Amino acid sequence: MNIVMALEMAADCHPDRIAVTSGTKSLTSGELLRAARTAGAVVRNSGCRYVGLLDINSTAAPVAIFAAAYAGVPYVPMNYRLTRPELEALLARIEPAFLVAAPAYVEALTMPAGNHVVSAEDFLALAQGDTPPATEAPGEPSSVAVQLFTSGTTGAPKAAVLRHENLMSYILGTVDFAGADDADAALVAVPPYHIAGISAVLSSTYACRRMVQLPNFDGATWLGLCRDEGVTNAFVVPTMLSRVIEHLDATGESGALPAMKAIAYGGGKMPPQVIEKAMAIWPAVDFTNAYGLTETSSTICLLGPEDHRDAFASSDPEVRRRLHSVGKPIGTVEIEIRGTNGKALPAGEVGDVFVRGGQVSGEYLGVGSLLDADGWFPTRDRGFLDRYGFLYLDGRADDVIVRGGENISPGEIEDVLREHPAVSDVAVVAMADEQWGEAVAAVVVPREGTNVAASDLQDWVRERLRSSRVPAAIRFRNELPYNEMGKVLRRVLKDDFRSAAVSA
Amino acid sequence: MKTLKAGTRLKSAACDTEVMVIRTRPEPVLLCCGGMEMIAMDGQKAAAEPDAAFAQGTLVGKRYVDEQDTTELLCTKGGKGGLSLEGAILVVKQAKALPSSD
Repeated sequence: MNIVMALEMAADCHPDRIAVTSGTKSLTSGELLRAARTAGAVVRNSGCRYVGLLDINSTAAPVAIFAAAYAGVPYVPMNYRLTRPELEALLARIEPAFLVAAPAYVEALTMPAGNHVVSAEDFLALAQGDTPPATEAPGEPSSVAVQLFTSGTTGAPKAAVLRHENLMSYILGTVDFAGADDADAALVAVPPYHIAGISAVLSSTYACRRMVQLPNFDGATWLGLCRDEGVTNAFVVPTMLSRVIEHLDATGESGALPAMKAIAYGGGKMPPQVIEKAMAIWPAVDFTNAYGLTETSSTICLLGPEDHRDAFASSDPEVRRRLHSVGKPIGTVEIEIRGTNGKALPAGEVGDVFVRGGQVSGEYLGVGSLLDADGWFPTRDRGFLDRYGFLYLDGRADDVIVRGGENISPGEIEDVLREHPAVSDVAVVAMADEQWGEAVAAVVVPREGTNVAASDLQDWVRERLRSSRVPAAIRFRNELPYNEMGKVLRRVLKDDFRSAAVSA
Repeated sequence: MKTLKAGTRLKSAACDTEVMVIRTRPEPVLLCCGGMEMIAMDGQKAAAEPDAAFAQGTLVGKRYVDEQDTTELLCTKGGKGGLSLEGAILVVKQAKALPSSD
């Protein structure tokens, strides 16, 4: 059980089908296999213990993923937007590494002495060079295939470990081998260091579906590439979908995407207004909400196209709200909601989301496995299952505000504030409080051209939610800090209130 | 007879078929392709054609299961032989297709 099996089967079955397109460059699956085997041998001969990637997406990324497997070392893609000290700290953790990196990202870095650093172009040249190729991937199903540094919106990055058996369990459980048509093409707009960037490569390879890479996302380019390349499938994070729709609104351009069959989204909470608008713009497109984590080798729950259409067309509030759900667990994993005493909760009650299955690694380097004795992994997400088995998420356990012993989820307060006409964006965080331990604090981005007082917003919440939910403090900002995957950096906002308390 | 485990890869002695074990019984079993016991990936093929009673053929990417659903194999390379466990032909498992989420 090794990820190269997916590529070997694809190259055996459809050697001449294009596996990946990036700008004007393409590789067939036969070429991808040859490149991965040759680059695998180059890495093995170098003596390096990791293959690192510090670059935007290119055809070098899929080559590097499979080359690492042929070399028998972990593949470690890193976030090129990190600061110099952050990157140097990560590089120190994967020494010696065969590092595929854009010169601009590494020239200022102090590089560990044992590293081999090559550009994506030079890496591809080596992969298409004369080194005798590796023919077999060494190691065991339990060998580490990928090591991903988690985004760390609340602390220092942790190194999540994904083994070959985890990733292949996900692929074999969710993808039909060679299930794609000749003309199918999947647009990959997520960066290579995200779990969705890894699963995109493995899924598309196993489905024999051409990948079309979009290294630097913006709404207009995404639309253009979809049309020019005849894209049939796309995965987006919610922010990307918002940007595409904003672009259409701003330009009045037609949103027509004649070839598009399916759009999947995930990686964060989708605002209901955005998905409803998207479904109205592209009524013929199948929408799928995918919920997953790095530690679970990607998707564990799906809200499929039929669920979307049923919810969209329904006047029954219980069916309609499914557009806010992340769907049902895929067949190969189980989900359980647990209360504070660790016992499973009945339908409808909010608790901690646990997951179990072959694709769940739940393991970090230096920390070990977080699975309990029965194999359950605490996702640290809060949520509930409804009586039909649909999972609804309610924010991260770390973001829960504990006010005088009462657990308050920021999500419900944010949803209410977002409905205020003067609110364009909002995040609710915990703030230290002498009386209550923690209190509710809100950071609001006012809509352009509006003027609203903090007291008006507090009244707005008081009229709609229990009094404990009313923010004790509200600050205004021109924009919220987001990471590149569209997640709010709550840590930064919490620090704002901390420094305010000190200065006051 | 061989004790198999999940992840084990085997090839046919009589045709091009290759499989990976997804799950199986804990005890040793007789797993055949083309009527001959399947062998290790580096094993030596026999100079024989598949037995006519076991020549249903295998298709790459398909899952094969026994009637009791104790064993599941993924065909990683297709061939002319048919898979059998303890003499009983394995059949293609119809998997529920999931919408693409990547």
